[in-house]
Amino acid sequence: MAQSAHLSTDTTRETCTDKHGGHVLSWQFIFEGISEALRLIVTLDAEVMEITVRSLQTSGYATLLATLLGLPLAVLIALYNFPGRRFTRLVFNSLVGVPTVTLGLLLYTLFSRSGPLGDLGLLYSVEGIAVGQAVLVLPLMVTFIASALESKERKIRDLVKTLGASDFEIALAVIREAYAGVSLAILSGFNRAFAELGIATMIGANIKDVTRVLTTAIALEKDQGMFGLSFALSIILLVVVFSLNYLVSYLRDD
Amino acid sequence: MAIVGGFKVKTRAIITAAILTTIIIGGLLWNPAQPEVKQTLLVSTTTSLYETGVLEAIKSRFEASHPEYNVSFISQGTGLAIETAKRGDADLILVHSPTQEQEFLETGCGVNRKIFAYNFFIIVGPESDPAGIKDLAPVEALVKLSEEAREGKALWVSRGDNSGTHSKEKALWKATGLDLESMRSESVDSPWYIEAGSGMTVTLQLANEVDAYTLTDVATFLKNSMKGNIELVKIVDSGKETLNVYSAIICNPDKNDRGMFEASMQLVEFLIGDETQEILVDFGEDEFGSQLFRPWIPELDTPDSLIVGWVKEYAYIDGSECPSEYRHNEGNLYR
Repeated sequence: MAQSAHLSTDTTRETCTDKHGGHVLSWQFIFEGISEALRLIVTLDAEVMEITVRSLQTSGYATLLATLLGLPLAVLIALYNFPGRRFTRLVFNSLVGVPTVTLGLLLYTLFSRSGPLGDLGLLYSVEGIAVGQAVLVLPLMVTFIASALESKERKIRDLVKTLGASDFEIALAVIREAYAGVSLAILSGFNRAFAELGIATMIGANIKDVTRVLTTAIALEKDQGMFGLSFALSIILLVVVFSLNYLVSYLRDD
Repeated sequence: MAIVGGFKVKTRAIITAAILTTIIIGGLLWNPAQPEVKQTLLVSTTTSLYETGVLEAIKSRFEASHPEYNVSFISQGTGLAIETAKRGDADLILVHSPTQEQEFLETGCGVNRKIFAYNFFIIVGPESDPAGIKDLAPVEALVKLSEEAREGKALWVSRGDNSGTHSKEKALWKATGLDLESMRSESVDSPWYIEAGSGMTVTLQLANEVDAYTLTDVATFLKNSMKGNIELVKIVDSGKETLNVYSAIICNPDKNDRGMFEASMQLVEFLIGDETQEILVDFGEDEFGSQLFRPWIPELDTPDSLIVGWVKEYAYIDGSECPSEYRHNEGNLYR
């Protein structure tokens, strides 16, 4: 025992009670969080900005990738008859609600160096998170875009066909008509990618300056007992989501 | 109104779209990562080291003297950290669980184990100490705690995440000679053994919420106490049974194709070098009002001291911190 006496672990209960008037757990964290958030935003804190931009980056890449794949797929499912169409649709519909941790786990085993895709070097990278999030939001986008297209399809297919349009032109005309629904589907995809935690944690591992994004930073700070910063980052996340949604609705507003 | 590709859109919508496109493209081009010339050294590490911030302090010094490397930490429990290394997703590990470390060395995936620091675990609990175990020796305290707990007077929170702290906890329960499994199953009506399955801070918060006892490392406990996150107090002090030893193990280059063995060796040499050992002495004084980690290397100057005896007994493998069959191009590491 004597040997460890120098490693004193005097408790700090007195300090806690003095500082917070006898009750440590209170509204304090919430108020602290809000003022901390304001401070970090107003001073454009470098680390917070970097994390925010990286979050936008991963979900931006993911949305772009998922749109490039999802839009043609949705057109195929909504406008063309092919064998297995109903089944394909069912698969995408079911995958809309896939838990992010399940997908994260699957992708981790694929991307790990001892996994089949290990050579791509996607583990612990922004690109890896983006690919993972693209896989996550693809079913959602395909399903929502396909429904948007189908709702407009019947109305105008016959009309444009009588005007002598080709299949490709019909598809373009339907997308044009269903534009509001399609953009909403893409935005929903972005929102889900931006707000998800499972994939970013498992693929990115929350490495400082490399793969730390808003959601993983929030979880980490909470795990470390830093509720103030956790709240601050959450507020930033919400502000970004609100602003983006506002922008898109403004864009659609006719 | 303007016509773009057949879409009827308002001018302001075009402007908004242009702004959005600029933001997206700007975001895609923006690259926050360090210059490509730097090689990334992936260190899979235990939460108790990472969460105190000591690794960030060491990292910045190491990167200053080794500008060609960029150190990235993956913060996990010891069990997971070892699994990550086994999969080839890390270059070296910094952990604190001698039994798990020995198993890792035996798989052949890890080489050149080196002890670099130590401190102590403590048992914390509610200030009222419902089990009446204050200042008992750790093993006695657990025996009494389990008796009181079975009568519904006390609760125990276990990390339950296969971390180094968890394995220490299991070792302590084992030393009591009690059959923990059967005690847990007999008390299904009012479970007193709670498994958190989380990191140290979350476990402390859980114990704090339900007025339970738990085993914690001194560093994480002090940090949360100072921040006012928990009202738990130290119940059982540090001693021989609660010794906590941190070691570095490098991934065997024959089984890991990341090609960072040399860099990992440099980091380990840096960990046991004077600069890091001095950082360890001072770290935590300002922020936590107490030293958090004890440097190990200076202790070797007094090989007959009590602490060296404890560490050798607890954390050495066959009388050595790394038996020769687990060494690989070790250079001057074991002078």
